[in-house]
Amino acid sequence: MTKRSVQFKIYRYDPDKDEKPYMQDITVDLEPSDKKLLDALVRLKGKDDTLSFRRSCREGVCGSDAMNINGKNGLACLTAIDGLPQPVVLRPLPGLPVIRDLIVDMTQFFKQYHSIKPYLVNDDPAPERERLQSPEDREELNGLYECILCACCSTSCPSFWWNPDKFVGPAGLLAAYRFLADTRDQATTERLDNLEDPYRLFRCHSIMNCVDVCPKGLNPTRAIGKIKDMMVARAV
Amino acid sequence: MSVAKRTFDAVIVGAGGAGLRAALQLAESGMKTAVLTKVFPTRSHTVAAQGGVAASLGNSTEDNWHWHMYDTVKGSDWLGDQDAIEFMCRKANEVVVELEHYGMPFDRTDSGKIYQRPFGGHSQNYGQTPVSRSCAAADRTGHAMLHALYQRNVRANTQFFVEWMALDLIRDSEGNVLGVTALEMETGEVSIFHAKATVFATGGAGRIYHSSTNAFINTGDGVGMAARAGIPLEDMEFWQFHPTGVAGAGVLITEGVRGEGGILRNASGERFMERYAPNLKDLASRDVVSRAMTTEINEGRGCGPDKDYVLLDITHLSPETIMKRLPGIHEIAIQFAGVDPIKEPIPVVPTCHYQMGGIPTNYKGQVVVPKDGNPNAPVTGFYAAGECACASVHGANRLGTNSLLDLLVFGKSAGETVVEDLQSGNLSLRPLPADAADFSLSRIARLESQTNGESVFDVGLEMRRTMQKHAGVFRFDSLLKEGVAKMAEVAERAKRTEIGDKSKVWNTARVEALELDNLIEVARATIVSAEARKESRGAHVRDDAPDTAEFPNGRNDNDWLKHTLWYSEGDRLDYKPVNLNPLNEGTEPIALAKRTY
Ligand SMILES: Cc1cc2nc3c(=O)[nH]c(=O)nc-3n(C[C@H](O)[C@H](O)[C@H](O)COP(=O)(O)OP(=O)(O)OC[C@H]3O[C@@H](n4cnc5c(N)ncnc54)[C@H](O)[C@@H]3O)c2cc1C
Ligand code: SF4
Ligand code: SF4
Ligand code: FES
Repeated sequence: MTKRSVQFKIYRYDPDKDEKPYMQDITVDLEPSDKKLLDALVRLKGKDDTLSFRRSCREGVCGSDAMNINGKNGLACLTAIDGLPQPVVLRPLPGLPVIRDLIVDMTQFFKQYHSIKPYLVNDDPAPERERLQSPEDREELNGLYECILCACCSTSCPSFWWNPDKFVGPAGLLAAYRFLADTRDQATTERLDNLEDPYRLFRCHSIMNCVDVCPKGLNPTRAIGKIKDMMVARAV
Repeated sequence: MSVAKRTFDAVIVGAGGAGLRAALQLAESGMKTAVLTKVFPTRSHTVAAQGGVAASLGNSTEDNWHWHMYDTVKGSDWLGDQDAIEFMCRKANEVVVELEHYGMPFDRTDSGKIYQRPFGGHSQNYGQTPVSRSCAAADRTGHAMLHALYQRNVRANTQFFVEWMALDLIRDSEGNVLGVTALEMETGEVSIFHAKATVFATGGAGRIYHSSTNAFINTGDGVGMAARAGIPLEDMEFWQFHPTGVAGAGVLITEGVRGEGGILRNASGERFMERYAPNLKDLASRDVVSRAMTTEINEGRGCGPDKDYVLLDITHLSPETIMKRLPGIHEIAIQFAGVDPIKEPIPVVPTCHYQMGGIPTNYKGQVVVPKDGNPNAPVTGFYAAGECACASVHGANRLGTNSLLDLLVFGKSAGETVVEDLQSGNLSLRPLPADAADFSLSRIARLESQTNGESVFDVGLEMRRTMQKHAGVFRFDSLLKEGVAKMAEVAERAKRTEIGDKSKVWNTARVEALELDNLIEVARATIVSAEARKESRGAHVRDDAPDTAEFPNGRNDNDWLKHTLWYSEGDRLDYKPVNLNPLNEGTEPIALAKRTY
């Protein structure tokens, strides 16, 4: 059997020793069990332990290993090696400050997530048992609650690149709609007020990059559209 | 090197389900609390749980906590402590309903209640009929739960230290716990977190095995830190395995595949189960199948270059059957085994899934150790909850959906106990010893200066292979004895690990080297405890302790109805009694019996 190998071009930057970032050309031989890009990176790290990247679950549920793969954001653990054009060009997620190699500073991303009050608000006295919700009302949360906060979407959104401090971004807005759509939540007015702003919501120009890259198949653009509809509905 | 100091009422290490639940209790009580986590909270491995969380809500079938308690005691093969089990089963409805109030998007019944599904080992009427007890959000219950708990903590203004790795437990000369040292990954700086109370919620260590359903970060840090600081580890020989995980990837393949006619084959294509279980063949019970698979691999009939897996073959089934009955498995096989199961068999191995043992605690979440004749004396200032802790509710075998429940119940109760202990003045900020950070600093300094050392990757691989071969799902005395010696060698090698990366910034090589130290403690505890336990019970199944009239299922209650306690120093073993008495006087104990389903 011929050895499989992957040729990489990887963005490298260690502020402790590098004056500026550079692209490293490196090839790694694979074992037969290596199927995903993450497997190849782990294999590579066994050879050169200075390569830094985040990873945890290796099955697409924790959101750690988002990166820019051949120009498109995705999760390394869900990206098959076979079929990837080589050299595989890996860069950190665009638009966020790079800390080292493929690791970006996610502060701004989480700040926007936190800014939409990502928690259920219901100030009625807690009943002894669960609050009731019909299966149909529960259905409304599908396609919203599954977000893994990987940031693939927001860091592929031009509006977020230009205004990361002002535009909530697709992930945050998806979360905002997740609570607006929950029949148990009582903060609709407050949530809409919070987004009634030239930047926070309305910077989305429906470019759909976010939908294109979401590794969980979610659709932030649709959620954003629904928030805009709610704004319009309450204006009339 | 000067070390920064931070002071808190409480420091919680871990932000998975257990850590977040404890944090909520503390944040809402106004205590100054720090929550340290290696990864952003929602990246903790609780996120991967699928099936559900147990509670006897009785939303679609009649149920009550007595039945749940019976199932749990029986599932534990009577090694679980009945006071803790009663406590957990009685609290289940309360904590699951709370979670719903926090916003957890549970699926719903037609009447709008939390949807519940049946699960293995859970029954009505003391083992009579299956019951729907597992509260679920599709097959993403862990994700939904972890996010809901994180969101509630955002609301409560919990203070997180994200991407900080706790390194070592700080104790004073009397053994009181004073906090932890921790490494900030972004800067490489070490700090002291000085606190009146320290809570460990660091999760499991499934990564001691080669094949595991666990995340990379599940390296048993809390368990390792406790062991290094002289705390014994309880019942570490008990690990839950699943017979068919995808080889190399660890992702699970359901038993339903064999139910549809799937066949296990060895390197020569032989349907080997015919030799082990002539009647039921591939559909024999889990431990029998896992035992047979392990034997094939150990005797050189495994497949692949390293002969370390067997094949699960469904190519004889029609594509229609596969797509209709097993669409999810079809997808997993393509995604993670790289084979289309319609055309090619799937490489599988018994896969490590869950750590039943851990840091010994009582039902209040206090860490307890033998002292002055009391087998369960609380360690002042130290608490633990979740998979890293051993309360012990899972005993020798955990039931599905009982772990997520464990996180909620014991996360909450640990939080409540800390609040009570702080408010009653039982805890104070004890003076730090002058050398509080020296041990951690010396571990880092050694990595800095090590030359001619071993690669972390290679030593880790050797550990995982050793554990897989010597302390797997089915255990042989000779393999265990060899394994103890081998692990001692691997542990020596781990003292000389060398890393190429010397950067201060986000040095993941250093993090992995430090994690390996923790994995090694867990692996040693496991193999030494397993070698010593000369019976079969729950997940610990020995070749030389078979099912006999005198010892049903190989279980020997005369000699082994007791908890193991392993001390890192000198691999010393001790034992303590199992609590067969429930918490409340009115509750009937579940009497010892042979475990059959
Ligand atoms: C694939 C899979 C499916 C499962 N499905 C189910 C199910 O359906 N039902 C069920 O009941 N159970 C299930 N389980 C088991 C259950 O999910 C786990 O036992 C449970 O989630 C563990 O939670 P925890 O809070 O103890 O730890 P984790 O969620 O693992 O969290 C550990 C935390 O500790 C932190 N940490 C660790 N070390 C350090 C350190 N040194 N410094 C700082 N922070 C640290 C981590 O960052 C993390 O935040 C499943 C397990 C797996 C692997
Ligand atoms: S649709 Fe909106 S949020 Fe999505 S990428 Fe475009 S501008 Fe950004
Ligand atoms: S919406 Fe999709 S891409 Fe965006 S953070 Fe969530 S999971 Fe990631
Ligand atoms: S490692 Fe968790 S999403 Fe890829």
